[in-house]
Amino acid sequence: MKGMKRMAVMTKVKKNFVSPANIGTLEPAQKSKKVAFQTKELNLWYGEDHALKNINLDIFENEVTAIIGPSGCGKSTFIKTLNRMVELIPVVKISGDILYREKSILNKSYKVEDLRTRVGMVFQKPNPFPKSIYENIAYGPKIHGIRNKKILDEIVEKSLRGAAIWDEVKDRLHENAYGLSGGQQQRICIARCLAIEPDVILMDEPTSALDPISTLKIEELVQELKKDFSIIIVTHNMQQAARISDKTAFFLNGEVIEFDATDKIFSTPSDKRTEDYITGRFG
Amino acid sequence: MKYFDSGQIQKKLGSRLLLNQVAKRLFFLATLVGLVVLVILIYRVFSDSLGWIDFEFLSNKLSTDPQKAGILGAISGTFWLMVVVAPVTFFLGVGTAIYLEEFAKKGRFQSFIQTNISNLAGVPSIVFGLLGLTVFVRGLGLGAVVLAGGLTMALLVLPIVVVSAQEAIRAVPQYLRDASYGMGATKWQTIKNVVLPAAIPGILTGIILALSRAIGETAPLVVLGIPALLIPLPEGIFDKFTVMPLQIYYWTIDAALVTEYANLAAASIVVLLFILFLMNSVAVFIRNKYQKRY
Repeated sequence: MKGMKRMAVMTKVKKNFVSPANIGTLEPAQKSKKVAFQTKELNLWYGEDHALKNINLDIFENEVTAIIGPSGCGKSTFIKTLNRMVELIPVVKISGDILYREKSILNKSYKVEDLRTRVGMVFQKPNPFPKSIYENIAYGPKIHGIRNKKILDEIVEKSLRGAAIWDEVKDRLHENAYGLSGGQQQRICIARCLAIEPDVILMDEPTSALDPISTLKIEELVQELKKDFSIIIVTHNMQQAARISDKTAFFLNGEVIEFDATDKIFSTPSDKRTEDYITGRFG
Repeated sequence: MKYFDSGQIQKKLGSRLLLNQVAKRLFFLATLVGLVVLVILIYRVFSDSLGWIDFEFLSNKLSTDPQKAGILGAISGTFWLMVVVAPVTFFLGVGTAIYLEEFAKKGRFQSFIQTNISNLAGVPSIVFGLLGLTVFVRGLGLGAVVLAGGLTMALLVLPIVVVSAQEAIRAVPQYLRDASYGMGATKWQTIKNVVLPAAIPGILTGIILALSRAIGETAPLVVLGIPALLIPLPEGIFDKFTVMPLQIYYWTIDAALVTEYANLAAASIVVLLFILFLMNSVAVFIRNKYQKRY
């Protein structure tokens, strides 16, 4: 309750703390890396509920960007907006713009099927299909028209290796994926995502349903994957964000309070609310 | 200050327990009524049919002589009817369910259709017979053939298939769809590869139950003008036919003229019940086998 009260007060005086223009614009040191995603004045409503407020973020390629914040702050909504999965909810309204590789994805001529092939997603709860491990991985390539058995075999192996689970499942590729443990299932889901050779991988609290050892494996995997992919990860776990991300955005009540290098956020946050959250005073 | 007087409570406890016993016995009795009636019915049918069901009965064509009469005609009529009903209900029923669950925007139009499908399930079967007579037998000029009867029956059982298919589709977890959409699959690809394979056991169960309803249905076929006495066997969907419940109906009526017809009717009922029992068992088997696969 105390925390809630403080939050309410803080929201009122927010404008004195941060000038919105500064949010999300990063230091020129980033020049070598390209921007994968750029959101401009992004607003989102669920019916009357204003879930995202004026989000301006630049997300760079080959980095891990962590999104942290308390429950209901809009962090999951935000990453689901990046591959337009949020549109599956009928009452959603969006204003502003999202640029992916400098093209507006909110433009209706940008086909979601195309977008989601470039921007893959790993979900909160491991959600393999009730099919064999092989069929799970081959699903993406197949829907995009790859029929050649040899190519599919190669994709399956490459993806499973990429998700660091090949050695565990190579002898049981044709068994049902439901026979695997939760942590293995989640790595199967990551492999399934890699199989469509995405450019960006969105991860929505990928370890929240897993035990610590499985969590550790996924975290190591994320470190490995960022060499080839841009990763945006929503997490409830601040230590996780600190361990694996390069940039961290702190969301509160649908707004980005602070977005900066992870080191900076966790050592010298510039906003009092960020400091309160990461030191566990609320959230 | 105590509100509970244990002496008073003890005194009332007896009557409370008594009432409990009365309720228990009363409801047991209610359950018993239905069961007893069913047992009497089955007993009568079986005792009347005793000695009448044999290979001849199953493999002979219809005859006016009770000793020679068989139900092969009615059985093959029922079979051909199913040949029409099964695919028609499958495509129309599952198609409607897919549209309503996956494609239609949730709104007034969708709930209007939904309400009307429920209403359709409540329309008396004889009304469907009139519809079949007007549209298929006369309108399309098909005559009282298998195709006309099958299309009429298909419409009659369609709501059952639609509703059960909708339930099966709705039971497929959203996270499976999300996984598919998340990889850039279109709606149809998701339905075809993820939703339908997961929903198919439920859909099949619904279809089998719908078919067993169609097998037992009589009234609409009476209206269509399905003949009472038909000796040649139907060999395709454009042939004239009769079905088992109709055969039972006419034999029962004519039992006033030839007493043995009552035994033939009873024997046919046993065969019909056996087929229905078999179909329902298959439905239960499918349901149990594929339950909780995800």
